[in-house]
Amino acid sequence: MTLDEIKSGFDAIDEGPHLSESSTISLAGEISDPASHPSVAALLGRFGDAILHHRVSSGTQHVVWIDPSCNLEILRWLRDDPDQRYDMISDLTAVDYGAGRPINVVYQLFSTVYKRALRLRCELPLDGLEIDSIVELWSAANWLEREVYDLFGVTFRKHPDLRRILMPHDYEEGYPLRKDFPLRGRFSRAEQTRRALNQAVEHSYIAEEMELGRDPQQATPVNGTQEGDAEREVR
Amino acid sequence: MSSRTVEYTVGRNPEMGVDGSVARSPLLPFDIPEPSLDTENMLINIGPQHPATHGVLRLVCELDGETVKRVIPHIGYLHSSFEKLGEYRTWNQIVTLTDRIDYLAPLIYNCAYVMTVEKLMEIEVTERCKVVRVICMEMDRIFSHLLWLGTTAIDVGAVTPFLYAFQERERIYKLHEAFTGARITTSATRVGGMMADLPEGWTDGLQNFIDTFLNTLDEIDCLLTRNQIHIGRSQGVGAISAEDAINSGFTGPNLRASGVDYDVRKDQPYYDYETYDFEIPVGQHGDCYDRYLCRMEEMRQSISLLRQALDRLPDGPIDVEDPNISLPSKTDCMSDMESMIHHFKLITEGIPAPEGDCYMAIEGSKGELGMYIVAEEGGTKPVRWRIRPPSFVNLSVLPKLAEEHLLSDLIMINASLDIVLGEIDR
Repeated sequence: MTLDEIKSGFDAIDEGPHLSESSTISLAGEISDPASHPSVAALLGRFGDAILHHRVSSGTQHVVWIDPSCNLEILRWLRDDPDQRYDMISDLTAVDYGAGRPINVVYQLFSTVYKRALRLRCELPLDGLEIDSIVELWSAANWLEREVYDLFGVTFRKHPDLRRILMPHDYEEGYPLRKDFPLRGRFSRAEQTRRALNQAVEHSYIAEEMELGRDPQQATPVNGTQEGDAEREVR
Repeated sequence: MSSRTVEYTVGRNPEMGVDGSVARSPLLPFDIPEPSLDTENMLINIGPQHPATHGVLRLVCELDGETVKRVIPHIGYLHSSFEKLGEYRTWNQIVTLTDRIDYLAPLIYNCAYVMTVEKLMEIEVTERCKVVRVICMEMDRIFSHLLWLGTTAIDVGAVTPFLYAFQERERIYKLHEAFTGARITTSATRVGGMMADLPEGWTDGLQNFIDTFLNTLDEIDCLLTRNQIHIGRSQGVGAISAEDAINSGFTGPNLRASGVDYDVRKDQPYYDYETYDFEIPVGQHGDCYDRYLCRMEEMRQSISLLRQALDRLPDGPIDVEDPNISLPSKTDCMSDMESMIHHFKLITEGIPAPEGDCYMAIEGSKGELGMYIVAEEGGTKPVRWRIRPPSFVNLSVLPKLAEEHLLSDLIMINASLDIVLGEIDR
């Protein structure tokens, strides 16, 4: 068996999963009467054009597609309006369908007051992967948005601390959960090992931490004593 | 809502506020002014290989003396990209990934995943299957809380509860093994049913556990609940208000310790939880001690749920009787042509799903465990499989909780959050 033949078995893994051609998946679900969910009806009444679609998925779950440019405004209203009170953000994630389709950012809300759930989705075109951060509404969104940034490459505007979270902070291979990302990574195992072995200790700290405090051995001695220096010389 | 609250009468020092302020009375008792030393803040690295971080968690702390000024958690050391792997696997193959996410309560994850797939495909599982899954989940809630109990006790210096807790965990390990053949990587569920029905005599083993477990729990309770050292280490430490707890995404016992009675089993019931009689323990102060009390009471409630489930365990098939979903028996498969075809199609292709997306949450041992699945029409693999990890969101609050506390309190707060790194890093 030649090397090429062995390789061909992994083609599917290298290419990544893809949808069938006919799939219209990005608007999954059944069309239903908006009045069946009070929040959907209220959203349509208040925001009108910013509410793009409404579907019911898996029998009972209401999904609303909203205009990405108004996500902060709509979510703030859903959280604060006395008739809605979606005070809990259960989940924030993204979906990539591949084949150049827009990436969806998904907000899963729950109201502990009215015991209602609602799912919002924003479609972001691949050439404009930017959306306002909602950390000012829910601090729970902080790490969840970082995760979406890390794995999908969606930038959240005005996020207080937008850096990678699951992957290393200087990861260079791209965004792992995108459909065009190969399962085994873009770099060969040898390249990954080489990079890992070449890392200096400073590499494990982000720039902020390097400024934060000092290494105990490096601290300037108090009252001019030179104990620290003497100790270092002994070593 | 008062019926959901469990009352404990334990002395509480009024100086220890619930607003997250520090209880600094033990440090400087005699009004001695703190000497002004020309000191600098120090950067301390804890982990990733440190027993008190309960996994490969790395915390970089800025310290002023012993006071924590800032914590920056670093995660991702266990990242295995389960969500990406899932996109290459059929619905039933993913089950084996789910128990590796939270290896402290594998059956809860097995059940949460198949429940979401079944909701997406609109499959109604059999009555027996529902009860068996409730048994599995409540058993693993105890299983997970026991590990938390033992390791937290060790973190504050008590070794005995750890030994007691692990002795009881061993019994659940054995129940796992008898049912699924594995101690940790159970993979017990399948879409539309279970891997197998309960083996003969298994319920007797569980009954034995139920009957004797509470004795051990009472002993641990005696050792910790009114223990001055434990109280001193946990009361007033890492407190968070109810409003902040909801806003920062706390769920599970951590949220309930702050006084919010949100429990997925009550608020979005699944598997007929609304027909069981159980209470949700709710705390008042939101500190480490209330989180401890909530989890202790949850174990008692789980035992009560296990009793009720065993009482009502109905006979009948455990898998749905639909040849397009459940595998035929091996005997049929070898003797009947049609069964063999179904078997072949199910193994090689998998179960086709309808188009749609589905988010289902269950009350995991650590909080709201959500699964979000997107499928295309006729797809036998998910387009996107997302796990909403409770520990991940709970851990993100740690920097806020630990601020201005002592370094030793940071260890206690981290322990009281009950995190599991397999789930945080996924």
